[in-house]
Amino acid sequence: MLSETAAAVLEESKKRGWVLEPDAKRLFADAGFDVPVSERVCSEDEAVAAGERIGWPVVAKVISPDVIHKSDAGGVAVGIDGPGAMREVFARLSNIDGFEGVLVEEMLPGIEMIIGGKIDGQFGPVVLAGMGGVGVEIYRDTAIRMAPIEEKEVGLMLDDIAAISILRGYRGSAGVDMEKLKKLIAGFSSLIVEMANLVESVDLNPVLCTEERCVIADARIILKKNDK
Amino acid sequence: MDFRALFEPKTMAVVGLSLSNERHPANIIYNKNYFRYPVKVYGVNPKGGTYHKEKIYTSIKEIPEKIDLAMIAVRAEYVPGVLRECIDSWVGGAAVISGGFAETGRYDLRRQFEEIAAEADFPVIGPNCLGVYSSGKVDSLFLPSERMVRPESGNVAIVSQSGGILVDQMVKFAGQGIGLSRAVSIGNKIAVGELELLNYLARDEDTDVIAFYVEGFGPGEGREFVTAAGRSPKPVIIMKAGKSTGGSRAVSSHTASIAGDYAVFSSAMRQFGIVEAKDEYEMVSFCESLSCYPKGIDGRVGIVTASGGHGAVAVDTCEASGLVVPQFSEEVQERIRGRLSGSVQSIASLGNPIDLTGSARDDDFVIAAGELSRLPDIDCVIMLLLPYIPEVTSDVGARLSQIYREEGKPIVAYVPHVEKYRMIIEGFQLNNVPVSDSIEGAIMMVEAMKRCGPC
Repeated sequence: MLSETAAAVLEESKKRGWVLEPDAKRLFADAGFDVPVSERVCSEDEAVAAGERIGWPVVAKVISPDVIHKSDAGGVAVGIDGPGAMREVFARLSNIDGFEGVLVEEMLPGIEMIIGGKIDGQFGPVVLAGMGGVGVEIYRDTAIRMAPIEEKEVGLMLDDIAAISILRGYRGSAGVDMEKLKKLIAGFSSLIVEMANLVESVDLNPVLCTEERCVIADARIILKKNDK
Repeated sequence: MDFRALFEPKTMAVVGLSLSNERHPANIIYNKNYFRYPVKVYGVNPKGGTYHKEKIYTSIKEIPEKIDLAMIAVRAEYVPGVLRECIDSWVGGAAVISGGFAETGRYDLRRQFEEIAAEADFPVIGPNCLGVYSSGKVDSLFLPSERMVRPESGNVAIVSQSGGILVDQMVKFAGQGIGLSRAVSIGNKIAVGELELLNYLARDEDTDVIAFYVEGFGPGEGREFVTAAGRSPKPVIIMKAGKSTGGSRAVSSHTASIAGDYAVFSSAMRQFGIVEAKDEYEMVSFCESLSCYPKGIDGRVGIVTASGGHGAVAVDTCEASGLVVPQFSEEVQERIRGRLSGSVQSIASLGNPIDLTGSARDDDFVIAAGELSRLPDIDCVIMLLLPYIPEVTSDVGARLSQIYREEGKPIVAYVPHVEKYRMIIEGFQLNNVPVSDSIEGAIMMVEAMKRCGPC
C-alpha cells in the first residue's frame, strides 16, 4: 500500500504528468530513503541563507513545471562555494521558463549510479540499476530485473553490471556500502510495484554512493497517461 | 487446461474437407492421418457425400463416436458455430487453421471465438495456425506428407507462434538428430498461448525440454509466463523475434529508454532461469544439449582435441561465453601421459586443452576423456574430433559415449557433419551424447547447461 504522502504527491502532480523534484524527494524521504539535506527558496537572500545553513559548497537546481530535464535547460549548478556565487546562480536560474523557485542542496561526494523503474507492457514493474553519467548514457551499463526483488537477487543483478568492480572498490579507490545499495534497490523495487498503477517510469539519477551512504540526489517520476 | 486429447487423440474430425480440391489443408490433414497415424479420422462437410469411399458427415454432431481432436479448416465466419458444435459434442480439443480474424479486422469474430472458448474452458489452438504434431501419434500440420521432414521421436517439445519457424525447427531437429515429442503452432493464440502449453508440457510425460519461439506477449502475459517457467522442473528455452524497438519513440526517462521491450524480455528470462537462444542455431544447440543433459553445471570445461588450432578456438569461445578452462596439474598431466600410446606420448600437450596431435588413436581419445571425466574440478568434457586423422576409426563416437555412461559426466562433441563421418556422429547421438557441427556450437551446448535454471 502506498503511504498517504506518496499517494498525495502523485495525485497533486497528475495534471502535469510528472512530479517536481522537491515533491519526488519528499515521497522518497517519507518512504525511508536517504535524500540530501535541502531547502526550497524563492529569493536570492533566502538562497544565501539556505547555503549558510546547509554549509558551502552547495548545489542549486531550478524548480519549474516547464523543465523536466533540468541539466539540458541549464537548470543545475554544482559547487556553489559562497554567497556571491549563489546570487549569480540564482539570477541565472530565475530566468528559466516557468521558474517557481530554487532547490538548494548539500553537495555530496560519491560514485554516480542510476536506479530506475518502469512499468513494462509485457512484464509489469521492472527495476534497473547501473552506473550513472557516462556509464548509462554511452555504455548503457545497466542490469534489469522484474520487480519486486529481494536483496539476495539484487546481489546477482549488480554482478551483471560490467563496472561492478568500481562499486566494490578498484585499485585502492573506495567502493560503496554494498549492503546499503542492495537495501535501497530492493526497497525501491517494492515501491515501484506499489506505484505500478500510477506511474510510467522513475529515474533516480544520480544516486550518490559512498562507503557510508547511498543518497538519491535527483528523482524524476513520470506519471501514467490518464487513459481511463 | 488439458491438451491430452490434442496430442494423443484416438479419434479426429477434419471439418471443412473439400470434395473438389485435394490440396485443401483439410484434405491434406485427413489423408496423412488416415494413412499414417493410429487415429480414426472422420471428414466433415455440410454437403455430406463420400471421400475415398468413406462417409463424410454433415456436422461434427453426426459422428457416432466421441471425437478427441477437431481440426477446423472452414471460413472464419463459420468458425464460432463449429466451435459451439464441438463443445456441445464433448470434443476433447481443437485447432483452428483458418485465418481471417483480428489480422483482417474481424474483431467481432475474434471476440466470439474468445468468449466461446473461455466459457467452456475449451482447449482450442489458433486460429491462423498450422496445427499440432505429436511424434508417432498425430500430425495435423497441413503440409503434404511427402514434403515433411520428420525428426525422430524424442523428448523436446516446441511451441511456436509462427508455423513457418516451427516447421523449420523440425527440419533442423531432423538434421541434427534431436528427438521431438510435441510441436505446436499457436498462431493468433486467442484461447491458448504459451502459458497454457507451458503448464501442460511441464507435466507431459513424453517431454523433458520445452522450447518456445515467441514474437511477443500480451499485456502482463510475459510476467505470468516467466513466473510459471521459473517453477518448471524442466528446462525452458526461448527464442524471441522482434528485438528491435522499431523506430525511436520519444521517451522522457533514461530508464524507459534503456529498459526497452527486448532488454526487459531478455533480463526477465535470465532472472527466472529460462535459457534464451539468440538465434536458430543457438536454439537447436540448446535443445540438443538439454535433451541429453537436463542437469546444470558450473561451467568448468576440459577440452580434448587432435589439433592445436581447434583447442585455441575452443578456449577463446569458452572464455567469451563465461566458461572456465582450468589448467591441469602436473600430476594429472603425467598420469595421462603415462597411459597414452607411444607415438603421441612425447608430443601431446596436456595442459587443457589436451592436444593429442594428428597421430592420436581412438584409445588416446578414450583415455583422455576417461581421465577428465574423473577429475572433480571439471564438470563437462568437450571432444573436438577430427575424423580425418589417420588412426581415428568410426568406432570412436560409440566408444566415447561409453565413457559418459560409465562416469556420468557430460561429454559434448564436435564432428564435421558430412556423410562419410555419419557413423561417428551416430555413435554419439544414438547414445545420447550431443554432437555439434561446429566448435562454437559445441560450446553453446555447454553454455546451455550452465544457464539452465531448473537443471
